[in-house]
Amino acid sequence: MSILVIQILNSLFYASVLFLIAAGLSLIFGVMRIVNMAHGTLYAVGAYVTAWLMGKAIALGVPLGWLFLLLPVGAGVVALAGFVIEPLLLRPFYRRAEEYQLLVTFGLLLILEDVIRFLWGGMPITADTLQDVVPIMHIGGLVYPGYNLVVIGIGALAAIGLWAGIYRTKFGVMLRATSQDRRMASALGINVGLVYMSAFAIGCFMAGLGGAIIVPSQAAVLGMGVDALILAFVVVVIGGLGSLQGALVGALIVSFVRTAGIQFFPEIELAVLYLIAAIVLLIKPTGLFGNA
Amino acid sequence: MRWLRERSKVQLAAVAAAVLLLLALLPPFIGVYQTQLLTYGLIAAIAALGFNLLLGYTGLLSFGHSAFFGIGAYTVAFLARDAGIHSMELYILLGLPISALLSALFGYISVRHTRIFFGILTLALSQVLYSLAYKLFWVTGGSDGLRVPRPTLLAGLVSFSGPGSFLRFVNSYYYYVLAVFAVCVVVMWVIVHSPFGKALQAIRDNEVRAAFLGLRISRFRWVAFLISGTFTSLAGILWVPLNGLTTPEILYWPFSGEIVFTALLGGFRNFSGPIVGGIVFTYLKTYAVATTEYWQLLLGVVLVMLILVLPTGIVGAVSRLADRLKAKGKS
Repeated sequence: MSILVIQILNSLFYASVLFLIAAGLSLIFGVMRIVNMAHGTLYAVGAYVTAWLMGKAIALGVPLGWLFLLLPVGAGVVALAGFVIEPLLLRPFYRRAEEYQLLVTFGLLLILEDVIRFLWGGMPITADTLQDVVPIMHIGGLVYPGYNLVVIGIGALAAIGLWAGIYRTKFGVMLRATSQDRRMASALGINVGLVYMSAFAIGCFMAGLGGAIIVPSQAAVLGMGVDALILAFVVVVIGGLGSLQGALVGALIVSFVRTAGIQFFPEIELAVLYLIAAIVLLIKPTGLFGNA
Repeated sequence: MRWLRERSKVQLAAVAAAVLLLLALLPPFIGVYQTQLLTYGLIAAIAALGFNLLLGYTGLLSFGHSAFFGIGAYTVAFLARDAGIHSMELYILLGLPISALLSALFGYISVRHTRIFFGILTLALSQVLYSLAYKLFWVTGGSDGLRVPRPTLLAGLVSFSGPGSFLRFVNSYYYYVLAVFAVCVVVMWVIVHSPFGKALQAIRDNEVRAAFLGLRISRFRWVAFLISGTFTSLAGILWVPLNGLTTPEILYWPFSGEIVFTALLGGFRNFSGPIVGGIVFTYLKTYAVATTEYWQLLLGVVLVMLILVLPTGIVGAVSRLADRLKAKGKS
């Protein structure tokens, strides 16, 4: 029984991180119609920056509780990168065919992967001190890191925050207007360029936050972004590209299937996920919640 | 006007024959390492040629062509290990139908979509194969991959054992690949200039009009996918004996990205673009890897610059330059 509880918590933990990555990917596609292949790598950047900052902070003797403040800082750095990347790299390509847009983000992926290698080297970086700050829980007779609950909480907060931001604020209205008809929005006086830049930066922030919250429990390693991107693709394909609910439901489905897979069919766990994605695309091409 | 068209065909054949002759004469002058590298380049060119039937002629961007390269490679590895076959001809003869079958299956699923969804669907399907190759290690060797010994060529007439066999293999295999490459180019040329190829281009340029002309669009796309996948598989089949080893890396999706890169580098709107792209990319990557630890960065920058400055690729840029010079010469 307690094993079941732990497995459910594990699923929710993965779902939180996956949701953050996939929601950013989906937001960027929803507003800008670009599938950002570098998104997973931006998530990796978030993980590396956070782990590196934590190492520095611990060396400086910062009280451990304060380390939590570094999580949004790590995500913020990625958002700043987004503010630079969008006007510099993506803006010249909005009028071009989507093959080119896809390939530019693929080029960005190659570049960022090596920037990470250049800045932090090939060795994994850990930041598990933060995990030890949160007391360990006892479920049945088993111990479980309390930090995972913090991650689940952050994931839930991010989902609520994003939903409120998109459906309950003026900026959200502008975002949705731009997403539906770029030229009309522009004619109504919306600064479309700024909306694009913000949407991309928010997407980057979400990916960076995903990386920041996972790094205390899993070390930042090279290639983590490339793996994460594929899972995020599976999430948005199941849920529907450009849909927030879709990203949430997709992340939950993928996480629960993965947890069950690791338990019962570890050899084909990933294959099953890709097959689910392919089947959803076949039956409902726009995903469960997509309407594009 | 007819004689003009005929003449241009003859000219083209002459140019192709000259290039082929040049390629055939090269090995004694460039040494073993370069010969080997050029073989890799020709193989990459075959893969890109197949890929480009979809991107350049049908307008479908596949991000999962690593699957077909890997199908070819792993088929050879299984034939060598489990069936004890060590003949290159048998690899090709047995490998092609298997690849065609799997390409047909993948195509049947993928061509129901176009644009971005087609790309993601091909990517997802290729990753099914990747994760199977990675996880089912008792079948595929997992991340260690499978070794493939040097096969015999020409129905066992040429075999490689004993001292100096590596050198002999590299040289003979170069000519073997060159011959297959020439056949591939001719076959692909015939395909894209046939009524079938013209129909594909019509579908690419205007799907609705093509449908009104009575073309069964998804059927055409399916067949194009089948041919494309089979060509790329053939490249995988040829690649394994030269590499001596196949690992799940060639099924992983960044390898699909490299195939796309290759076609773009040469120029996907030209017939010869992917061929040039395949050879240039092989050299570019080899030298980038040799000179810097950060070769991915270099490739990424080249890719972005390419899209910004040379969207028609090397061949596109050269032919535009040639046109401009010609126009200047006339005036």
